[in-house]
Amino acid sequence: MSGQQPIKFYQTGTFTVGNRLLDPEKRTVQASIGRSNALTSGHRACQGCGEALGARYVLDAAMRATNGRLVAVNATGCLEVFSTPYPESAWQVAWLHSLFGNAAAVASGVAAAFRVKRSDVRVLAQGGDGGTMDIGFGCLSGMFERNDDVLYVCYDNEAYMNTGVQRSSATPAGARTSTTPAVGSDPGNAFGTGKNLPALAMAHGIPYVATASVADLHDLEAKVDRAMAVHGARYLHVHVPCPLGWGSDPAKTIEIARLAVESGLFPLFEAEHGEVVRSTPIRRRVAVDPYLRLQTRFAHLFDGGVAGAEVIARIQAIADKNVARFRLASTETESELP
Amino acid sequence: MKQIEGSRAIAETVALCRPEVICAYPITPQTHIVEALSEIVKAGELDPCAFINVESEFTALSVAIGASAAGSRAYTATASQGLLYMTEALYNAAGLGLPIVMTLGTRAIGAPINIWNDHSDAMALRDAGWIQLFAESNQEAADLHVMAFRLAEELSVPVMVCVDGFILTHAFEPVDIPTQADVDGFLPPFEPREVLNPAEPITIGALVGPEAFTEVKGLAHQKMLRAIERIPALASEFAARFGRTSGGLVRSYRTFDADTVVVALGSVSGTIQEVVDAMRDKGQAVGSLSVGTFRPFPFAAVRQALMHAVRVVVVEKNVAVGMGGVLASDVREALGAEAPLVHTVVAGLGGRAITTTSLRRALEQAHAGTLELLHFLDLDRPVVERATAKEMCR
Repeated sequence: MSGQQPIKFYQTGTFTVGNRLLDPEKRTVQASIGRSNALTSGHRACQGCGEALGARYVLDAAMRATNGRLVAVNATGCLEVFSTPYPESAWQVAWLHSLFGNAAAVASGVAAAFRVKRSDVRVLAQGGDGGTMDIGFGCLSGMFERNDDVLYVCYDNEAYMNTGVQRSSATPAGARTSTTPAVGSDPGNAFGTGKNLPALAMAHGIPYVATASVADLHDLEAKVDRAMAVHGARYLHVHVPCPLGWGSDPAKTIEIARLAVESGLFPLFEAEHGEVVRSTPIRRRVAVDPYLRLQTRFAHLFDGGVAGAEVIARIQAIADKNVARFRLASTETESELP
Repeated sequence: MKQIEGSRAIAETVALCRPEVICAYPITPQTHIVEALSEIVKAGELDPCAFINVESEFTALSVAIGASAAGSRAYTATASQGLLYMTEALYNAAGLGLPIVMTLGTRAIGAPINIWNDHSDAMALRDAGWIQLFAESNQEAADLHVMAFRLAEELSVPVMVCVDGFILTHAFEPVDIPTQADVDGFLPPFEPREVLNPAEPITIGALVGPEAFTEVKGLAHQKMLRAIERIPALASEFAARFGRTSGGLVRSYRTFDADTVVVALGSVSGTIQEVVDAMRDKGQAVGSLSVGTFRPFPFAAVRQALMHAVRVVVVEKNVAVGMGGVLASDVREALGAEAPLVHTVVAGLGGRAITTTSLRRALEQAHAGTLELLHFLDLDRPVVERATAKEMCR
């Protein structure tokens, strides 16, 4: 099939774009030479940046789904900074950045303008976990409850990486950040804090909510496709490791993302109108231990002390709870929930 | 002419300007404006137009930013705390050069919380990069919106029309609402200079470092100054088409040969003119100057109007705590080194009535050389002295 490069992108041992065994129509957007390259190369993201990878897949999938009739709105954050240092821009999509906390509201305005103009152009808003879950949460909730025709994508790397790894409401329990240092009797980020944004999105009853990971880019693209097939407010929460903030090897971004999924710490599911409709079962369940060990933000848990072992057990309990809640232990390839 | 509430007159005139996206969050005294607009839009009288109820003022302006960047004529309205809550987005809209028009129903800022009129809100955001026009009357409040959209879109600069809360927004006065044909003749359809368009993708809102930031700000200043030339031209064109005078940089009243000139913003100008008339009747050489365009500040026009004054009394509805009056400071800057004596009279804070009696007393004191440089009109001195004494005992 013209426009397809069946072999060139094959990457051993990943789900990235190694889809030469798939029928052309099932191959990823990235496998097509006709992809939009909405976020093109040459930007200034760090090596192994999960967010850059996630954004490229999301945007290209959304561009394909809309036949290029797409506008992107970006919150302030790493993605905005590394992609648009004047006079350069890595965006080959119509792109607007306004402020840190208002991407969802700006996207609502763009969507309203196109609705009034009776245009078919669709709107995608994107930001990091800080811009989405903390400072942008009010605007996001407003966009959800009005059911504005916007797909909002959160690239969750679990802290404020752009400003130097400070804690956000997405920072996991036990993790060291520059504002939750690994000192004192309760090192790292406190247990019992933070928020579950996909659940909050679902509570708005919006048509579509999904979680995805850069560990499974095919699944990520499929979710973007599904999101773009419906109108109204939609939310996609993408888990994106940050080698800088997590203290991990840039070469292991995908591996770490996969361990988060396979341990149950980051459940993959989809919800429609407030109800979970599908979850992705874990094929090969792993303990949280190997996931945590690859990141220096958890290094204080592995100093041989009893306290560290207790914290790891508590993190394991969080993973176990997710597995039960989202039925991730199922042996079927995709669990259809009632 | 119809007897109509100021807010309704503004809403009907804004509707004639054919905005495509209106977004608002309710705050007193702006509410009647957006209520009326929501009704006009819901009734289908302004099609195509989206009216969006949002969850905060920060969102209201952010929605307007998105709508404007996507090529729509966008409008919002707010007041007081709402304007402050928008602060970050105000600078952003100006920085991105988005020609959004906003009505500000001017109101005090807490604490203590106060819903009545003064100019603290407009003054707080005077340097955000928005053109600020002040209305003297409800007729002018309505008319300024027609000019505001034209000016904003010509220059790609957002415009704030400042209308005194309650005093104008809730007052019923005869207002001549223009015809659709006249407004259409004056205000051509919005043609954005740059727009979010998938066919010609552009990046709006890039990160700019030290190598170009100064130039960006310098150019913004230069562009803002172009409004100084455009505003009088638009006011003349408006007068020719609509048959009445509205807008402009400044408006002088009996300043010729006046040794004392009172300077003010907004609706208090009417009260001041009454005082001027009464004092003129007694043979006192008094005049007044209403500043219609506060940002960009019309330095030359103010200087020219005050050139022959011996003393200037700036009546202003704000106090920059620890400094004095914002307008007075700008007036001093306009007058330069050989400035006449410029008094600041802080008046009307938090909705306190500015009476002709009190104003006249202050002017008589100025004439007699007994007026303080910074004077709080009708200040209850015993209350202040008691509180001060208590504070000293702590």
